[in-house]
Amino acid sequence: MNKIVSKKMFSEKVACIEVEAPLIARSRKAGHFVIVRLDEKGERIPLTIADADIEKGTITLVVQAVGASSARINSLEVGDSFADVVGPLGHATEIEKYGTVVCCGGGVGVAPLLPIVKAMHEAGNRVIVVLAARTKDLIILEEEMRANSDEVIIMTDDGSYGQKGLVTEGVESVINREKVDKCVCIGPTIMMKFVSLLTKKYEVPTIVSLNTIMVDGTGMCGACRVTVGGKTKFVCVDGPEFDAHEVNFDEMMSRMRAYKAEETEAMAALAK
Amino acid sequence: MTLEEIKALRNEPWREELRKAMPAKERSAIERVKMPELAPEYRVTTFTEEVQQGLTKEQAMCEAKRCLDCADPSCMKGCPVGINIPTFIKHIEKGEMAEAIQTIKQTSSLPAVCGRVCPQEKQCEGNCIKLKMNQKAVAIGYLERFAADYERESGNMKAPACAPKNGKKVCVVGSGPSGLAFAADMIKLGYDVTVYEALHEIGGVLKYGIPEFRLPNNVVEAEINTLREMGVNFQPDVIVGKTISYEQIHEMGFDGVFVGSGAGLPRFMNIPGENLIGVMSSNEYLTRINLMGAGRGQGFDTPVLKGKNVVVCGGGNTAMDSARTAKRMGAETVTLVYRRGLDELPARAEEVHHAMEEGIDFHVLHNPIEYLADENGRVKEAVLQVMELGEPDASGRRSPVAIEGKTETIPADLVVVAIGVSPNPIIPEAFKGLEISRKGTIVVGEETMQSALSDVFAGGDIVRGGATVILAMGDGRRAAANMHEYLQK
Repeated sequence: MNKIVSKKMFSEKVACIEVEAPLIARSRKAGHFVIVRLDEKGERIPLTIADADIEKGTITLVVQAVGASSARINSLEVGDSFADVVGPLGHATEIEKYGTVVCCGGGVGVAPLLPIVKAMHEAGNRVIVVLAARTKDLIILEEEMRANSDEVIIMTDDGSYGQKGLVTEGVESVINREKVDKCVCIGPTIMMKFVSLLTKKYEVPTIVSLNTIMVDGTGMCGACRVTVGGKTKFVCVDGPEFDAHEVNFDEMMSRMRAYKAEETEAMAALAK
Repeated sequence: MTLEEIKALRNEPWREELRKAMPAKERSAIERVKMPELAPEYRVTTFTEEVQQGLTKEQAMCEAKRCLDCADPSCMKGCPVGINIPTFIKHIEKGEMAEAIQTIKQTSSLPAVCGRVCPQEKQCEGNCIKLKMNQKAVAIGYLERFAADYERESGNMKAPACAPKNGKKVCVVGSGPSGLAFAADMIKLGYDVTVYEALHEIGGVLKYGIPEFRLPNNVVEAEINTLREMGVNFQPDVIVGKTISYEQIHEMGFDGVFVGSGAGLPRFMNIPGENLIGVMSSNEYLTRINLMGAGRGQGFDTPVLKGKNVVVCGGGNTAMDSARTAKRMGAETVTLVYRRGLDELPARAEEVHHAMEEGIDFHVLHNPIEYLADENGRVKEAVLQVMELGEPDASGRRSPVAIEGKTETIPADLVVVAIGVSPNPIIPEAFKGLEISRKGTIVVGEETMQSALSDVFAGGDIVRGGATVILAMGDGRRAAANMHEYLQK
């Protein structure tokens, strides 16, 4: 059992949850994820680690309510517990001094981006962060990003905050203005696809962190498989980060819809 | 106990008396017992009810009479964990059920499991003297299961005695059959034993892989509980190599590590369409249903895709488990596609027989080469290459050869790929200094099970790359004996 020690809502559907997991707090690095299970009948859900506190023995997870299980997780309160939290899983981000690194994120992808921004900045890179959301209220972790980078560019679809436009426009403006040595992108699959197409055009090496469907998260089931460079890879043990320009995003998006009917049904049941 | 000591037990007065009580001729005249089974049309409607119902006390005592208690018990040579077979059978013949199970437990920590899933026909029963006499082998597996079930159902399970604590600590990576067998032997020898399991449940493949209609979870749980009572400390949700490192294991004061992390990396065929929705590994399919409770109507959150026309690729026990599970999930047709012929199926004959009874369609001498999608990206058809048998290959089985240009397309809205597994990469990547084979298995001394890191021993599928429960248990036992010797130096 892993107890929730703090919780705040970033927006109506996005919760930031700090949970006890002392061993994971100690071993995790930027890029790692965990699998959580809400209760004895819960499913195993992969969540990227946004932060950790070794002293307190906690890790921070940012969860967006997209389905029945994540909605239920977000309704947990301080003092409640997860039945299981296991990890850290996957390979850590390869942090080195690249030069100028653009880190862009959208939705809850911004949360796992934070430790990467921190680590890239600590490694001596010039780090430019591009945060994108539909509207102002959905921009998260802006302050933390500002504290750990050289510049933060905000993009909103409706222009309610920062510049009006998509994440790709923000990234392109940076590429047009200065030499970018590396791009890291985490967000909805469709966003990663378009950032990848953009940086491919400018030949900027790009890393994406994929959040596919998983069951065990340790290589056992293969539910998370994606095609990278024409070969089948397991996101859980080969990733979660891959060379964006080699990822077959269309196949990934199709596979993400595998349980759409079941999801809709579960949401309807939850609403009752 | 050595084999000589075991043979000497045969000369105890009660055994001699029992042998004389019935002439060998009369013993040979008894027909081999038939295992009571649920009717196929009923059992495909239930996940949890076991197909094989187990022997009654009368049936078991009668079957035990068939054993001739021969001077050279060749059956024992076939047992990877060296169970004292004639002694336990003769206890059953006398009706001494407690003594029977205690005899088995001297060398096997999972008798109710082994009695159900061991390939006895290739092991103990395959070596039974009666086969040479043109009779059917004694049903050793059924009797082992009977002894274990009898004890469990009596509600009075007795944990074997343990030596006083010797002050040394060991840990186990993975709670599957090899890890459990290792843990049982080490706790008996007086070690402090901690078992780390990556999943949220203890039991490894016994829980996530083998379906309940073949091995009920409560049977596995009872045997794990015995180990708990003996003092084994089980820690789920800990991935050694990720949650804790090799260095941390030493910081925590462990003197030795046994790696039984299994072959948890499913293989795929790398053919077009294999990543379509509705194509999945048998590990995924079975884990969703067995471990996560998907599709069983008991309110579990994990979903699983259901199919009308299910195709299962492969011919091993896991393929049989997947096909039979699909039937229970309500599939209209379940087609097992295997590239060789019926005679070459690697699954146990009993499993094949049960699958056929349950209406699984065996499409042998066919091999999938492509999957075709519907407009939503879900698989709708499987294209199969028609095969014929050629010359025997390295495995001794006749090799499958494609008949040029001859294919067949069958409907398939769910495809379960059960063509084998590769070793899980987590420990090989995390423990620097291990010797890793080209196949990704951990290299160990054949007899010692010791790896290139002297305090790390390994066994089961992480060493073999894909074998059986009982071979994994045998590895665990051998590793325990050798680690004990190593740590006592």
